[in-house]
Amino acid sequence: MSTVTIAQVEKLPPAQRLMWAFRDMKVVTWRNLMASLRIPEAIFFSSLQPIMFVLLFRYVFGGAIPVPGVSYVNFLMPGIFVQTVCFGAVATAIGLSEDLSKGLIERFRALPMARSAVLAGRTTADLVRNIFVLVILTVVGILVGFRLDNGVLNFLLGCLVMIVFAYSLSWGFAIIGLKAPNAETAQLMSFPILFPITFASGAFAPVETMPHWLQTFATYQPVGVVVSATRSLMVGGPFLDTTKIYWAFAWSAVLLAVFSVLAVRSYRKVG
Amino acid sequence: MNVARAVGLGAIVALGGNSNRYDEPVTDDLAISARGLVKVFNRGTTVRALDGFDLSVKKGTVTGLLGPNGSGKTTAVRILATILAADEGTAEIMGLDVNKNSADVRRTIGLAGQYATVDENLTGRENLRMVGQLTHMTKAMAKVKAEELLERFNLLDAGDRTVKTYSGGMRRRLDLAAALVAEPPVLFLDEPTTGLDPQSRNDLWEIIEQLVAGGTTVLLTTQYLEEADRLAEDIVVIDKGKVIAKGTPAELKAQLGTTVVEVTFSSHEAAISASAVLEQELKKSPMREGSMLELTVENGPKVAADVLRALDAAGFDILGLALREPSLDDVFLSLTGQRTKAELAVEEAPRKGRRRSTSPEEVAK
Repeated sequence: MSTVTIAQVEKLPPAQRLMWAFRDMKVVTWRNLMASLRIPEAIFFSSLQPIMFVLLFRYVFGGAIPVPGVSYVNFLMPGIFVQTVCFGAVATAIGLSEDLSKGLIERFRALPMARSAVLAGRTTADLVRNIFVLVILTVVGILVGFRLDNGVLNFLLGCLVMIVFAYSLSWGFAIIGLKAPNAETAQLMSFPILFPITFASGAFAPVETMPHWLQTFATYQPVGVVVSATRSLMVGGPFLDTTKIYWAFAWSAVLLAVFSVLAVRSYRKVG
Repeated sequence: MNVARAVGLGAIVALGGNSNRYDEPVTDDLAISARGLVKVFNRGTTVRALDGFDLSVKKGTVTGLLGPNGSGKTTAVRILATILAADEGTAEIMGLDVNKNSADVRRTIGLAGQYATVDENLTGRENLRMVGQLTHMTKAMAKVKAEELLERFNLLDAGDRTVKTYSGGMRRRLDLAAALVAEPPVLFLDEPTTGLDPQSRNDLWEIIEQLVAGGTTVLLTTQYLEEADRLAEDIVVIDKGKVIAKGTPAELKAQLGTTVVEVTFSSHEAAISASAVLEQELKKSPMREGSMLELTVENGPKVAADVLRALDAAGFDILGLALREPSLDDVFLSLTGQRTKAELAVEEAPRKGRRRSTSPEEVAK
């Protein structure tokens, strides 16, 4: 209780502070995952939606979308994977918005924990959840005819490309979560961003079939690049495009740098 | 008599040259100090939530921060708890600056808010362990601490239930428990009992009293004057971001200047002749009601003593003596022009001032 026990945190060596920040992040990640496990309905339905997309495009639209060189389901699955992990970022926005409105962030801010931990813990928990959904989706994909023709290693590398990208993206959606007045609005604010970048990306149909002006956008915008990179790794063959893989990582790095700075700034400002 | 001795001692110390000691506390004695805090919010219109707010809370005491809705209470607490940065002014917790040493400040404070900020998807036990780990305890220590607090706050049986299933009172207890995980020497309680039923409120008050007995410094914001009256030694009244009054509950009541001294005699005749004595000796004219005399005065206790002395000297037999003080609600109303929640709740049955009876023998000592 005396002042002696009050550690001079500010003067701690950076390595120690980093270790604490990492521990705090782990605790908050655990808390977020634990909280979502307590709502099994949410897990069920958030997994159901991408499955619906797979079935919808495989059996309803797929027949009308000609793809040169490979079966449509093999063309489709990398696109659906990317779309799914991108949509996972909505959870980041909603989760933060809820924590904010329930006053939980207030408690966190009065604790001697690392200020980065709330955001890092949220995005990391959403990354874990994304991996979980990817596993389910892979199984569903295989059931409807998707084959890992380019080898398991390349498939996993493709997963890595999109997981890293989705992690960067969820820092961007953290900003929405911190700015939105409530969780519903956070969700509504997310979709107008997600729909164009995921659908105008070559995820569901070849970019070449789009009008010229849209082709440029679809080819170079981040999600378009990530879809190409993932398809290059998972399908290969006519879609092999190694430079896209580097570009995907470059986009992820740039977005993460920009979004994390802006997100931390918004976090400091809230309240 | 102890009081008289203490005053005498104070006078001696004052003669010794430390005249400052009894009006402004020395910084070392302060757990919380704030000078000239200003906070402006721009939400459509500009609101000066705090407008030159000062506060001094001595170590080991409870100070009640009282004010109507929107007076700046919560803003003040949030600045002191490092959640919000002030636009102007300085604040220190246990001598640590809230801006420059914010991380250290966070290690010395606990915050329990009016919205019971615990994670409702986690169990009570998980909530406490999480807070323990986030204050950088080892996992094992956080576990031990969680059990200890669950037991102390009567939540052991509910420890493995998610907070979603808790009652309002249980949530507040858990919230307070979470604020105490790190055993902070300074505790901020922001309207801790707002919206609670009387039983839960009483339970919480008892817990807070135990904490204070253990040496914790508490800053309590509240709209319930009954709460401030029961828990706080000092009260600071805030309105429109400024301190408009401060003092002990009794001092604030005395500010209203309407203490009533009631003296009861054995007969009407005794009361009538006593009235004459008081008029002559004290230059005061009491109101008589049967065998009772009433004096409305500014300084009740002193007048009561004078009355007793005069009547004793004249050989009167006194049956009873009572000081009736105005309620804090009256004080609050006169200061802020606003009614408190408690008063609104009992609108139909307006409060009479509370009676603080004292037997003549006790006063005579």
